[in-house]
Amino acid sequence: MNKRKRAKWILPGFGLTMGYTVIYLSLLVLIPLSVLFLKTSSMTWEQFIDTVLNRRVIASFQVSFLTSFFAACLNAVFGVLVAWVLARYQFPGKRVIDGIVDLPFALPTAVAGIALASIYAENGWIGQWFAVWGIKIAYTPLGIFVALTFIGLPFVVRTVQPVLQDWDRQVEEAAATLGATRWQTFTRVILPHLLPAVVTGFALAFARALGEYGSVVFISGNMPLKTEIVPLLIMTKLEQFDYTGATAIASVMLVASFVMLLVINYLQWKTNKLNAARSEG
Amino acid sequence: MTNQTEPVVVRWLLIGLALVFLGLFLIVPLIAVFSQAFRQGVDVFLQAVSDPNTLAAVKLTLLTAAISVPLNVVFGLAAAWAIAKFSFRGKNVLLTLIDLPFAVSPVISGLIFVLLFGSQGLFGPWLEAHNLKIIFAVPGIVLATTFVTFPFVARELIPVMEAQGKDEEEAALSLGANGWQTFFRITLPNVKWGLLYGVILCNARAMGEFGAVSVVSGHIRGQTNTLPLHVEILYNEYNFVAAFAVATLLAALALVTLVVKSVIEWKTERHEQAGEPQFHAMGEAS
Repeated sequence: MNKRKRAKWILPGFGLTMGYTVIYLSLLVLIPLSVLFLKTSSMTWEQFIDTVLNRRVIASFQVSFLTSFFAACLNAVFGVLVAWVLARYQFPGKRVIDGIVDLPFALPTAVAGIALASIYAENGWIGQWFAVWGIKIAYTPLGIFVALTFIGLPFVVRTVQPVLQDWDRQVEEAAATLGATRWQTFTRVILPHLLPAVVTGFALAFARALGEYGSVVFISGNMPLKTEIVPLLIMTKLEQFDYTGATAIASVMLVASFVMLLVINYLQWKTNKLNAARSEG
Repeated sequence: MTNQTEPVVVRWLLIGLALVFLGLFLIVPLIAVFSQAFRQGVDVFLQAVSDPNTLAAVKLTLLTAAISVPLNVVFGLAAAWAIAKFSFRGKNVLLTLIDLPFAVSPVISGLIFVLLFGSQGLFGPWLEAHNLKIIFAVPGIVLATTFVTFPFVARELIPVMEAQGKDEEEAALSLGANGWQTFFRITLPNVKWGLLYGVILCNARAMGEFGAVSVVSGHIRGQTNTLPLHVEILYNEYNFVAAFAVATLLAALALVTLVVKSVIEWKTERHEQAGEPQFHAMGEAS
């Protein structure tokens, strides 16, 4: 026991690296974030409620949550499709397509924003085809949905793809031998196995979409009560030097994000455990 | 056997559907950036790109990345060493705390520094008395960028170092190497691809960050304007061609990032049989 304990600590530098990690983390992240709550706590309860339950604030939370939710839903469906196609099929240009899936992570959001606004506008490359049917995309909630779909696109693909690649195809053989059709095999055997990864990817895309600012401001039209997202409202309050208002809304938003982070960590932990159990069994 | 793959028609239908989706959301926007930038010819493009305000924005963007990326590399290496090579209580809490900046909206990331260092902020009066300016100045931009890109290097390095184990380091130490020698000759070469991967992601985000920087910058042309902010200003002035011209610089950066990333993935995939871990998705996914 004693020997094991000594062996565990034989590497040097724990104190130095751990100390540095904690100090840097505290100075750059924890202390600045706690100031947000400190500032919020300087408001009276009535002030806080008045700010947060304001009609415009509630509308912006509605817009943010709904568009983020639907964008994450679309990404869940097409994410599985893209991951499936990349993991299972061969086609020319596959490597390039695989690489380009990560574009939303690499492309600055402002660039994505102006590009999407220009092509989904009424006279844009794609927008004009919808305009024929009287559907406006840019400067409506639909535009926010498009931008958030772009931003969240890689998440489901990148959580599902490795699971599909590691998947033991003998299970499918077994299902086929037992008389299952291809569709039955997919919905009853493969999909349940993918589900934890899909949910994790969905949650990541949703969380990212909630806080997104850069790609949305250009395409949303930014109309209060209609196409104003929460981060934009915070920005507007800041520009009016209403720091207390901005901080109150931000603290609600931050708590929502923390909850999302905990849920995601829990889901990932569960997925890993499930996969580990499966590969053992 | 017949039931284990889809009929050719279904297969191509699925591939087609996936490509249409990716085309509409990824490829068309990318093409749009370049096509809009060159809409009025190469001369107008060059003029926009070589404008003094654009060049100032390029310089500030490079400066910001040159400060925040190394800061986060040092942190990433330290955090990965402590977390991957030792076991201690509260490791999962620490990992979650490191992830925090990913969960925070960029606008809030900027706001917290305004609350700390802005004129109405906690340290605002003190800074003013000493004639120091952080918000609406370069230090604020660097701070916000460093916050936003904080987890990138650590998040890539921790799983790589964990997978490496510590046998090699312990062998080096028992053969008489000191701690720094072990780190520079054993650990660093072992994690070099993971480190590079983290650095390019960190750099892409540092150069492209918009929301957080927008809050703290004050948008002073030629002084506190980074490239993404410059794109916004030009776009809001209806100077679309110039906005897209400047945007091509950032789009080119994104493409280079994707190529380098793919090369690293391809290289480590080949190493994978030798026991190196596979990299996970960029950004927050893990």
